[in-house]
Amino acid sequence: MENKVKNKHVYWNPYFGGFMLGLLLIFTFYITGRGLGASGAFKSTVVTFVDDVAPTHASKNAYYEQFIINGKSPLNTWLVFETLGVLIGGFLSGALGGRLKLYIQHAPNITSKKRLFVALLGGLFFGFGAQLARGCTSGAALSGMAVLSTGGFVTMLAIFGSAYAFAYFFRKNWI
Amino acid sequence: MGPLIPNGIIPPEWDFVIALLIGIIFGYVLEASGFSSSRKLAGVFYGYDFVVLKVFFTAAVVAVIGIYYLDYLGFIDISKLYIHPTYLWAAIVGGIVMGLGFILGGFCPGTSLCAVAIGKIDAMAYGVGILIGVFIFSEFFSFIQPLFDGSNYGAITLVDTLGISPYWFIFLFSLVAIIAFVISDLVRKKVKKIFY
Repeated sequence: MENKVKNKHVYWNPYFGGFMLGLLLIFTFYITGRGLGASGAFKSTVVTFVDDVAPTHASKNAYYEQFIINGKSPLNTWLVFETLGVLIGGFLSGALGGRLKLYIQHAPNITSKKRLFVALLGGLFFGFGAQLARGCTSGAALSGMAVLSTGGFVTMLAIFGSAYAFAYFFRKNWI
Repeated sequence: MGPLIPNGIIPPEWDFVIALLIGIIFGYVLEASGFSSSRKLAGVFYGYDFVVLKVFFTAAVVAVIGIYYLDYLGFIDISKLYIHPTYLWAAIVGGIVMGLGFILGGFCPGTSLCAVAIGKIDAMAYGVGILIGVFIFSEFFSFIQPLFDGSNYGAITLVDTLGISPYWFIFLFSLVAIIAFVISDLVRKKVKKIFY
């Protein structure tokens, strides 16, 4: 019975959540002409850091260089402000739902230390892949699919296909 | 007629205020749907929780129907919207690498931010990982550039690629989503329950 208490229904109905997310996406396209994003702010953070620490190195790199405009911080972008909003919105929802808690969430079969290491590694791959595909699940897949972008659908299929293909090898981390 | 900012109906000064507001709703919806839990998200790959499939596909179907309907009614000009460009091999390889990151970390960048906001330390490690991944990509960009900039098809849509009417495609896409929802519920009943 204890398990039932642990898994009690505390989240929105997924179809309601999806509907709200879809409405938000329509609203975002209607106002700004673009979709949502998440990995862009991570990129801006890295560009800003490298530009501060090693400005000559940054200006010589063809990737950083395209995001550095003289006299303007690379953090001064739409996606950085949107991402700040995501943190605020996530915090509000978590606070109202009674889910604010500082801890490491992991399956019982793995240690906290292993979970942190695997999470870091997962972030590393996702961050790398999101640069290559010019966007993540939000910017490339979801926002791309909303306007029927071929690349958006290809990226979505590749992400989920690959995750399903690798799932067997990492099952001990989750179940 | 939309989009409002590119068409100069809302002045660009409002851009960042709107960005913050949109972000707040985005984060709220993701967290309230359960996307701040990596174990809930990973459920889609093991069959014990299909929240990712349901939220993600419902959102995509609602958005694409809404956008095309607003265009049909003349409230939005679809040709002025940003179409995510197709660099075929970069999209495929990037997607595969992201899939590996997804199954390892249990988050994608947006969901990890929600988890960071409610105090998940593993999500913070994931976020640091993203920064390192972006850094590695950028440092080795000269090697990656041929793949990154190759096979560029521009801002094409499935209407161009498949030669199908957008309305028919959206209809079929919605059907596929509904079938996937039904199947996912059948699968979930057969799979051993996981508690987290």
